[in-house]
Amino acid sequence: MIPLSLELFNLIPPAIDVRQARKRYGQLQALDGVDLCIEQGEFFGLLGPNGAGKTTLINLLAGLALPDDGQLSVLGHDVVKQYRASRRLLGVVPQELAFDPFFTVRETLRLQSGFFGFRRNDTWIDEVMHHLDLTDKADTNMRRLSGGMKRRVLVAQALVHKPPVIVLDEPTAGVDVELRQSLWRFIQQLNRDGHTILLTTHYLEEAEALCTRIAMLKHGRIVALDSTQNLLSSLAGCRVRLKLAGYLPATLLPQVVEQTDDDYLLTLPSYQALELMLAELRVAGVVVQEMTLQQPDLEEVFLRLVGRTVQ
Amino acid sequence: MWKVGFQTVLAPVLTALLYLLIFSHVLAQHVEVYPGVHYTAFLIPGLMMMAMLQNAFANSSSSLIQSKITGNIVFVLLAPIAYWEFFAAYVLASMLRGLVVGIGVYLAALWFAQPPLLFPVWIILFAVLGSAMLGSLGVVAGMWAEKFDQLAGFQNFIIMPLTFLSGVFYSIHSLPPFWQALSRFNPFFYMIDGFRYGFFGVSDISPWVSLMVAGGCLLGLTLLSLRLLKSGYKLRY
Repeated sequence: MIPLSLELFNLIPPAIDVRQARKRYGQLQALDGVDLCIEQGEFFGLLGPNGAGKTTLINLLAGLALPDDGQLSVLGHDVVKQYRASRRLLGVVPQELAFDPFFTVRETLRLQSGFFGFRRNDTWIDEVMHHLDLTDKADTNMRRLSGGMKRRVLVAQALVHKPPVIVLDEPTAGVDVELRQSLWRFIQQLNRDGHTILLTTHYLEEAEALCTRIAMLKHGRIVALDSTQNLLSSLAGCRVRLKLAGYLPATLLPQVVEQTDDDYLLTLPSYQALELMLAELRVAGVVVQEMTLQQPDLEEVFLRLVGRTVQ
Repeated sequence: MWKVGFQTVLAPVLTALLYLLIFSHVLAQHVEVYPGVHYTAFLIPGLMMMAMLQNAFANSSSSLIQSKITGNIVFVLLAPIAYWEFFAAYVLASMLRGLVVGIGVYLAALWFAQPPLLFPVWIILFAVLGSAMLGSLGVVAGMWAEKFDQLAGFQNFIIMPLTFLSGVFYSIHSLPPFWQALSRFNPFFYMIDGFRYGFFGVSDISPWVSLMVAGGCLLGLTLLSLRLLKSGYKLRY
């Protein structure tokens, strides 16, 4: 629990603070004045279609790219001027499955520890490998691992220096369901232990289930930034699927979004409108054979804000 | 380096021995470059330096290009490492490989001839300078190249001609005046000539001149490498 006085005087730096970040690659404005503040301990989701600027933003935070303008900091440390401190505080799981083909899993993790100044780190390496079910593969060469196992090693590499802020750039891409779930259990545990998590993903149900706050990027700009719950409730109302013994009354036709024979999908502005719809059906003498209510999900919010198909 | 020791140490030692065997066998009866120095003994320092230069270059350049192509360079770039530490690590690793290969060539060549070691300090100085210089050049080439083909071009069209035309197999005094003059623009010539002075106490030009040229080249390449690394040239986009 953060003491109130510290919060009031703004002495606790945000885990990630991005102010007016801009980055251009040739004709492409990859980031166009992004502002973002992620508090310590949050599980934050960064969503957007391909080319929205998610990876560029992560690269700027990690020092893999240099910003054209703006300021980015990790726990109060500027990523350009105080890069040593900011990189020590940040663990990044990159999107690409990169690995050194000359090393085993344990050697890879020892080498990565060395990059951060940890000479004898085997106790923590063993613990990380245990949590990621990598213990059996400790002495296996990286080339011999499956894609999912390599992805786990990437996560382990990001954790060898015990960073308080962890960035995962689409960590579950191409990972089977079982592996994905065990990975999320581990990441959720890290979040409960106090680590701040910044996640980008294409699996919107994943973001919906895990993230407490979400930002949506489009063309290098943030188009939505709110708690997951607020984003979902911003899509007021619900959808109702009806199977009717008869024709839908003409007054309800404007609300139809999809129809197949006697099967209708209607969108309603609120739950109160449901009663009115049923009353109209009763008046028209149309019998409802089946009815299913559908809640709005993050994909709908995403599609509405970003306005294009999600992968 | 040790995980691929056959490729990084034994193979270059074997290549140098083959050069020694063939050239000394063909030319030893016909050539005496320095008075009283057998041609086989004359060849050994040149081949040592050639192997050191080529392997120091290969170490930093191939490490960088391979990491860039496979993508695992990202793990170094994510680490809290300064640009000059990055440079020092790559160059020191190159120097280590260059010196290990050089010592390997010397030890293997003792079977054929035993060149004297008149001034060991000059030998060590030029070995260190030469491998550091080519290690730095390898860092520049590794950053610049985006595919193996470009690096192979750098190696085959710049490094190889400069080493072969630097006096490994001959003294530049045996060349026509034009080629003698041209050789003086080749920095590799100074490193081999100075290195050879340490063995025989004889050289084509003063070892102090060679030391200044080699030192100047190393300084220039170090500054260039550091400038490129600081700007993130082709590494941090």
